[in-house]
Amino acid sequence: MAKNKSKTAKRNRSSSVGRKEGLWGWVFTLPFGIIFLVFLVIPLVYAFYVSLFTYTQVHGESFSGFANYQRVLTDKIFLVGLGRVILYTVVMVPIQLGLALVFALLLDSLKNRFASFSRLVIFLPYAIPGVIGALMWGFMYSKNMGPFTSVFELFGLPAPEILSTNGIFGALVNVVTWQWTGYYMVILYSALQSIPTELYESARIDGASELRIATRIKVPMVSGSIVMVTIFSLIGTLQFYTEPTILRNQAPTVIPPEYTPNMYAQALAFNYNQTNYSATVSFALGLVVVLFSVLFMRLTRKQSGLGD
Amino acid sequence: MTAATKSVRSSKQNRIKGSPHVFTIVVLVLAAFYFLMPVWWLIVASTKTNGGLFFGAHGSMWFDDKFAFFDNFMQLITYGDGIYWRWIANSFLYALVGGFGATAVAVLAGYGFSKYRFRGKNLYFNIVLGALMIPSTALVIPTFLLMSNIGMTNTIWAVLLPSLLNPMGVYLMRIYCMQSLPDEMIEASRVDGAGELRTFFQVSLPIMTPAITTVFLLSVVGAWNNFFLPQVVLTNPRLFPITVGLTQWQVKSQAGAASEQVWNLVTSGAFISIIPMVLAFLFLQRYWVGGLTAGAVKS
Repeated sequence: MAKNKSKTAKRNRSSSVGRKEGLWGWVFTLPFGIIFLVFLVIPLVYAFYVSLFTYTQVHGESFSGFANYQRVLTDKIFLVGLGRVILYTVVMVPIQLGLALVFALLLDSLKNRFASFSRLVIFLPYAIPGVIGALMWGFMYSKNMGPFTSVFELFGLPAPEILSTNGIFGALVNVVTWQWTGYYMVILYSALQSIPTELYESARIDGASELRIATRIKVPMVSGSIVMVTIFSLIGTLQFYTEPTILRNQAPTVIPPEYTPNMYAQALAFNYNQTNYSATVSFALGLVVVLFSVLFMRLTRKQSGLGD
Repeated sequence: MTAATKSVRSSKQNRIKGSPHVFTIVVLVLAAFYFLMPVWWLIVASTKTNGGLFFGAHGSMWFDDKFAFFDNFMQLITYGDGIYWRWIANSFLYALVGGFGATAVAVLAGYGFSKYRFRGKNLYFNIVLGALMIPSTALVIPTFLLMSNIGMTNTIWAVLLPSLLNPMGVYLMRIYCMQSLPDEMIEASRVDGAGELRTFFQVSLPIMTPAITTVFLLSVVGAWNNFFLPQVVLTNPRLFPITVGLTQWQVKSQAGAASEQVWNLVTSGAFISIIPMVLAFLFLQRYWVGGLTAGAVKS
């Protein structure tokens, strides 16, 4: 409502100073526009252009149209990598968001010093670079340097093989969950704080339990934030790169260099010298991520606050 | 500590009444334990010698008999001509300069989008919103290809300039301007005869300060944590940020002969490197939360 009011006010004003105002609007947004053009539009256009060529020893670089895209659609390494990050997304996003929501609700119901201490601790990993987070967990996972070997020995069990083919999936899920849950929790917690408390009071008087208030009032009230956080998490997981790269340094036989599409693009550009195809993979991955986010936003249109 | 025990006790009484408080406390204690565990491991590990990391007398979660933190610290100063500190300085440079630039650009754009009407604005802003969906790492290889084409890789600009792109900052600033900066105020300043720039600097900017702080912090953390881009565009170790530098030491220790293994430097170096951000995070807490709220509760 307030929005409409200011809009009409603006319209009245713009009739008198419209032209000048339009000019200043561009002046203020121009620096961003330039950065946007130079570091987003041009790289993407250039990558697309590069992806239309193929390099061969015999002919050098030659125009090949969409041949690279045909190749990427049947490239087992790319498709396996893509399937893998989709699997990570399907497992990791619900875990992170579920935990974030539970923590946010618990902290919201318990407003004391212990709650603010817990909130700080859960949010702490956000201040630690993903590289360091992965390094720490990598050390902890190692049989020699981590605590798990001695804990298992305590119970007479053999040391767990965390950095193995079977263990690596869970190991990476854990690193990312540790790193990002707090960030999502803080966003959801902030949203919960903005709900007027009168809403709960009347529900309490009606005899609703705390659990019921949480599931029937609080969660629906913050659904917009939940959708937003899910999109962040979705985009982040599909671009999985840092954590597997760091753990690969410790377990090169378990994590291949093309483990995720982003790692594949990096390896193609640097280890295999296939610049054109690397650009294709990057571009294809970008398209997949945009598709997923748009699809998700369509599905949750009602809750999504981004469809302005 | 006392607050914690007190609430544990009161929740015990509550359990008798059937309150779910005890469940809450137990879950949060377990959570705190989980989220602190790796940090504790790192603190302990940063005080160990290379050998102590593997064969420490009291296990990996407790200090060894020999407290080697200061030896490690001295070794960080001398090892590789003190390249570690160069990496830290680079990280500060990339994070602060990049963060400042990104914030300045976002503040101007957010203000422009919220307070001016101009032709093509809706399309323009919708494109910015769309950019939020484009994964940042999908841009890394394309940016690298472009930069290597014009010979810009392996310079500080290759890291600094792309970090100026911050559509999320623009989005947050626009929301803040719409909610907290009344049009009437700008109008009044105009009636008083102040020009657009003067209005921006003297009237609007002071009101925008809290949001500016938040966007600055978020940009700084983003740039500080960055790994993929610098790893791809830099090959000169003297330009590395700390994230890339430590990774290189990790690779070297993993692959190298015993004399090349610097695990103690990786752990103590990692620990020292997280101190600035953790401190900033503790002391500036309300600003982080403030900004994230602005993003979370859209008007």
